[in-house]
Amino acid sequence: MTTMEFVSAPPQRAAALPEALGPATKIEVRDFNFYYGEAKVLHGIELDIPEHQVTALIGPSGCGKSTFLRSINRMNDIIPGARVEGRIAVGGQDVYAPNVDVVSLRRRVGMVFQKSNPFPKSIYENVAYGLRIGGVRDKEVLDETVQKSLQRAALWTEVKDRLNASALALSGGQQQRLCIARALAVDPEVLLMDEPASALDPIATQKIEELVYELKETYTIVIVTHNMQQAARVSDRTAFFMLGKLVELDETRTIFMNPKQKLTEDYITGRFG
Amino acid sequence: MTAMPAPSPSRVAVLKGGRRLGDTIGIALLGLSVVLIVLILVVIVGNIAFHGAAAVTWEFITQAPREGLTAGGIMPAIVGTAALVILMSVVAVPLGVATAIYLHEYTPAEGLSLAWRRFVVSKGQAGRRRLFFRALSALLASITRTAVANLAGVPSIVFGLFGLGFFIQFVGRGIDRMTGAPGQVLWGQGSLLWAACTLALLTLPTVIVATEEALRTVPQDLREASLALGATQWETIRRVVLPSSVSGIMTGGILGISRGAGEVAPILFTGAAYYLPYLPHDVTDQFMHLGYHVLILSTQSPDVEATKPLLYGTVFVLLALTFLLNLTGVIIRSRTRSRHPR
Repeated sequence: MTTMEFVSAPPQRAAALPEALGPATKIEVRDFNFYYGEAKVLHGIELDIPEHQVTALIGPSGCGKSTFLRSINRMNDIIPGARVEGRIAVGGQDVYAPNVDVVSLRRRVGMVFQKSNPFPKSIYENVAYGLRIGGVRDKEVLDETVQKSLQRAALWTEVKDRLNASALALSGGQQQRLCIARALAVDPEVLLMDEPASALDPIATQKIEELVYELKETYTIVIVTHNMQQAARVSDRTAFFMLGKLVELDETRTIFMNPKQKLTEDYITGRFG
Repeated sequence: MTAMPAPSPSRVAVLKGGRRLGDTIGIALLGLSVVLIVLILVVIVGNIAFHGAAAVTWEFITQAPREGLTAGGIMPAIVGTAALVILMSVVAVPLGVATAIYLHEYTPAEGLSLAWRRFVVSKGQAGRRRLFFRALSALLASITRTAVANLAGVPSIVFGLFGLGFFIQFVGRGIDRMTGAPGQVLWGQGSLLWAACTLALLTLPTVIVATEEALRTVPQDLREASLALGATQWETIRRVVLPSSVSGIMTGGILGISRGAGEVAPILFTGAAYYLPYLPHDVTDQFMHLGYHVLILSTQSPDVEATKPLLYGTVFVLLALTFLLNLTGVIIRSRTRSRHPR
C-alpha cells in the first residue's frame, strides 16, 4: 500500500529547514497516534504546518481530521478515554509534555467551532470573555481590544451600535464571526477552525473565507473543511486524511491539480467520499 | 386488533364499530381522570379559601394566639416559619448546588464500570495514575448518587428522628460539653438551627436533582468555547455554566424549599414549639411553625368550634405562602428564559 509507505516514512525529512527556504514551521507533528478508548483513531501522523499560512485538512467524514485539529490545543483532553502518543509541538514546545499548562496553551492556540457557540451574554462580553478570565480589568484596554477584535473579524461596523445587545440575537454568520472575534481577542498565535462555515449560507460563508484569507497575515491557520472548493479557495497547503492516516500533504495547487497519491486523486475528483 | 380493514375501493374507510368504541372509551377515561384531578384540587383549595379567607384578618396575621389557642392570631408561627425557611435555604441551597456541580461537572461522564475497566486495561500505559483517580472519582460519584436517591425516599418522620439523634443529642450536646458550664444546655436542645438543618437534609435531594437537571441543559458547546479560550474548568463553571443555568437552579431550589416549608414531621422533635410567649431571636431558640400549629389546633384544642376558623385561617396562610414561593420560582424561570431566547 502506497498509503502505508507514505505514513511510515522516517521523520528526519523536515528537521529544521533554514529560513530562506520558506516560512518557519509553526506546528510540528511527529508520529502522532490518538486512541479513543481502545480504538486507534489517528495513525502515525507526521506533518509540518508553516507560519502565516492557511493549512486545510480535508477528507471524508470520520477520517480523523477534526480529532487531529482538536489535538493541537488539547480540546480532546475533556473526552473520556482519549489517549495520545507521539509529539505535537507548537512554536517548538511539545503540547503534550507533562509540564505544559493547558490553559496557557489554549490561549496561544485559539479555536473556532463548527456550530457557532456564543455565550448567552452581550456581544461585548463575548469578546471580552478571554480577557476577563485573563485578569484584565482596565475598561480602556477591554474597550480597545473588543473593538480591534471585532474589526479584525469584520463584524465591527455591523454591531458597533449594539455592543450590549445579546449575542444570540445575531444572525448565524454574524455569530460565527463573533466567535472568531472572541478567539482573536486573547491574541493567539494559531487559529484552529473546525468547519467554521458548514452551517452558513453562501454569502456568510464567503465572508468567513475572506476573513480567513486576511487573518493569515497575523496568524497561522489550520482549517478543517468538508468543502473542497473552500479548501482550494482559502488554503496555501492542503492535507488529505483518510481512515485516520495522513495520505498526502502538499501545496493546495498541487493537491488539486496534480496529486501524487491515487487515493487523493480519487477523493478530489469525487470518486468516493 | 389483528384484523386489517378489508381493501375497499375507497381508502377513506369508516372506522369499524369496535375500534371506534375503543377510541371513545379511551378518550373518555383520560378526560375523566383529568377532570377528577382538577376537581379534587378545586374542592380542597376552594374549601380552604372560602372558610380561610374569612378568618384571615389583619389582627389574625399580626397578633399572637390567646386564651389557650382559641383566639388571637398566628403571627409567631408566620415569623417562625419564615425564619426556618430562610435558615434552611442558607444550609440546603449552597450544599445542594455544590454537590450537583461536583456530580455533573467534575465526575467522569463515562460512569463507574467503564472508568474502572479503562484503568484495568491501561496496564503499562502512561497516565495510569490519572485513570486510577478517574475511576476513584467515578466510584465516589456513584456512591453519592445512590445516597441522594435513597435520601429522597426516606420518610420525613425518620429525618425528624435523625435530627434529634444526630444534631441535638450528638452535635448539640457535644458543643455544650466542650463550651458551656457543666449541666448547662444551650445547643443540646430543639432549636431553629437544628430544625433548619434537619429540614435542609430533607430538601437536599430535590435541590441536587433540580440543579443537575439545570446543568444538563447548558450546551456542551458553551463549555468547550470557554475552555478553548483558556478558561479553567472552574472559571468555565462560574462564568458560563452557572449563569446559563441559574434560573433552573433557583426554580428547583425554590420548589424544594416550598416543599420543605410545609413539612411538620422533621421539626416535630427538633425545635418546633407548641406555644411560645416570645418570638425567636437566636438560632438556639425554639419557634412556632404554621404546619405544626395546624397539627396543634386540630388535635390539642380545648374548644373545637372556637378553633375552627383559626385552623382554616392558618391552613390558608400556609397554602398561600407555599403558592407564593412556587409562583416566585415560575416567574424567575420565565423571566430569565425570555432574556436570552435560545
